[in-house]
Amino acid sequence: MSTTALPLRAVAARRPSALRLGLSRAAYEIRSYFRLGDTLFFTFLFPVVMLAIFSVAFSGAGLVGVNGQPDPVNGISMAHSYLPGMAAAGLLLSGVQNLAIDIAMEKGDGTLKRLAGTPLPVLSYFLGKFGQVLVTSLLQLALLLAVARILFGVPLPTAPEKWVTFAWVYLLGLGTSAVLGIALSGVPRSGKSASAVIIPIVLVLQFVSGVYVTFAALPDWLQNLASVFPLKWMAQGMRSVFLPDAFAAQEQTGTWDLGTTALVLGVWLVAGLIACRFAFRWIRKDS
Amino acid sequence: MVAMDIPRSEPVVRVRDLVKRYGTREAVRGIDFDIFRGETFALLGPNGAGKSTTIEILEGYRERTSGSVSVLGVDPHEGDLDWKARLGIVLQSTGESGNVTVREQLTHFAGFYPAPRDVDEVIASVGLEEKATTRIKALSGGQRRRVDVALGIIGRPELLFLDEPTTGFDPEARRRFRELIRRLQGEGTTILLTTHYLDEAAQLSDRAAVIAGGAIVASGAIAELGGEDARTPTVRWTERGERRQLRTETPGAVVSELVRRLGHEPEDLEVARPTLEDVYLELVAAGSATEVSS
Repeated sequence: MSTTALPLRAVAARRPSALRLGLSRAAYEIRSYFRLGDTLFFTFLFPVVMLAIFSVAFSGAGLVGVNGQPDPVNGISMAHSYLPGMAAAGLLLSGVQNLAIDIAMEKGDGTLKRLAGTPLPVLSYFLGKFGQVLVTSLLQLALLLAVARILFGVPLPTAPEKWVTFAWVYLLGLGTSAVLGIALSGVPRSGKSASAVIIPIVLVLQFVSGVYVTFAALPDWLQNLASVFPLKWMAQGMRSVFLPDAFAAQEQTGTWDLGTTALVLGVWLVAGLIACRFAFRWIRKDS
Repeated sequence: MVAMDIPRSEPVVRVRDLVKRYGTREAVRGIDFDIFRGETFALLGPNGAGKSTTIEILEGYRERTSGSVSVLGVDPHEGDLDWKARLGIVLQSTGESGNVTVREQLTHFAGFYPAPRDVDEVIASVGLEEKATTRIKALSGGQRRRVDVALGIIGRPELLFLDEPTTGFDPEARRRFRELIRRLQGEGTTILLTTHYLDEAAQLSDRAAVIAGGAIVASGAIAELGGEDARTPTVRWTERGERRQLRTETPGAVVSELVRRLGHEPEDLEVARPTLEDVYLELVAAGSATEVSS
C-alpha cells in the first residue's frame, strides 16, 4: 500500500457471515418483541387467554363426547376440546399475524429503509424473523400446555408417536404461517393500517377453521371452503395429537387424515415462499 | 469484493447529466458534480429542489431515469453488500418504534460491519453518554436524530451521506455535531451534506452546489458561490424621502460622488456586501424562475 493509504480502509476485515448476523437479528427481534405490550397480549398471550375464557365459560357443560354430545364416561372437558384449536391458532398468530403486521410496520416507519442502507443481508433479516417466531411460539405453546395441564387438568398425550406428529405439524404449520405472514405484509398500504387489514383476515380464518367453533358443526360448504386454507389442517393435526382417537370420527373423512394435512401445508409453504420472493422489497423504490 | 482503491484524482462520487423523472415531472434535470476523496461537499437548496432525490439515487435507494453515477467506483444501482459496508447513510426522516436502548441499537448495527467504530466512543461523540441505556422511543426528536447520526458513522464509512442531519438539534448539539464532522474530516472521511443551515454549510464544507428546480444553479467554494457578481456591494441611501440603492464595484467612489452631488451627508447611508444567505436566496429565486419559464 502506498503512504497515502487511508486509515479508514479495513482491507483485512471481512463482513460477518449471514448466519451470524441472522442470530444477532433473532436476539434483537426477540428482545424487541417482549418489550411491546400490545403484541405480547394480542399475539403471545391470546391463545392462553382464549383457552381460559372458553374453559371457564363452558365449564358447566360437563364432559363432552364425539359431536359435542354429553358423555360423562368417555367425554373430555371443554378445556381439553379447545386446546388443539388454541395451539393451532397460536401458530397462526405467531406466524401470520405477528410477521405480517410487524414487517408492514417496519416498512412504514423506516426500519427497512435504514436496514437497506447497511450491509445486512436480506437473508439475515429473515433468519432473525424466523428465529423470533420460533422462540416466541415455543414459549407460547409451552405456556399454553402448562396452563391446560396445571390449571384445567387436561391430560397430555404420553405416546411418543403423538409427539412426533406434534413436532412436524408444529414445524410445518409454523413455517407455512411465517412465509404467509411475510407475503401478506405487502398487502397493507401503510404501517398504520396493518393491524386493521391483517387481524380480520386471521380472525375469520380462525372462526371457519375449527378454532373457536367445532369444525364438525359448520355447514358442509363452509367446511369445504375452510379446507382450502392451512389453518383447518393445522387444527386437525393438533386434534390428532391432543384428542382421544375416538374423536377422529367427527372429522370430514372420519380419520385424522395426516397425509392430507402434510400435503396442504406443504403446498401453502411453497406458494408462500414464492409469494415472498416476489412480494418482499426492502423499500418501495420510486414511490 | 477486493477493496477498490480509487486513485486520488478520481472522484469518490461522480455524477454526469443525472435525470430523474416521476411520470412527466422532472425532479432532477441533468446535473453534474464530483466529490473528491476527503472532501466535504454541501448540496444546498429549498425543499423539493431535488436534493433528497439526488442523494437517494447515490445511496442506491432510487433508480435514475438517465445519466451516469459512480459512487466509490460503483454504479449504485449495482451496489452490493461490500459496497454498502463502505457507506454511512443518515436519512432525512425516521420514525422507528425504538424499543431498544441507544447502546443496544448501536451495538447491533456495529455488528453488520467489518471494522466498526467503538460503540461507546460513538455514543460520546454525539453527546448521548447519559442516554446510552435509555430506550430510543423515550428520547426527544433531537436526541433521536443524534442516534441517526451515530448509526451513520458506526460502520467507519469512507463516504458519509448526511441528509439534513441537524434538524431538531439544540445549539449545543449543533456545536458537538460540528466537532464530530471535523474529526471525521481529519480521519479522511468523504462527506456529502445537505442542510438548511447555511452557516453550517459554510463552516463545514469545502465546496457546495446550490440546486433549485432540479438543476444546479451554482457550485464551487462556499465563499465564491454565485460568482463575483453575486457579491457586488450595494449602496443604499434616502434622497428626498425616497429610498434608493445602487449595486457597484466601487462603493467608495459612489459615496463620495453622492456627497459631492448632495452637498451634505447622505441620509440613512449604508454600504452592504451580500451575505451568504442573500446570495443563496437570490440563486434559488433565479433557479425557480427558470423552472417556471421553461
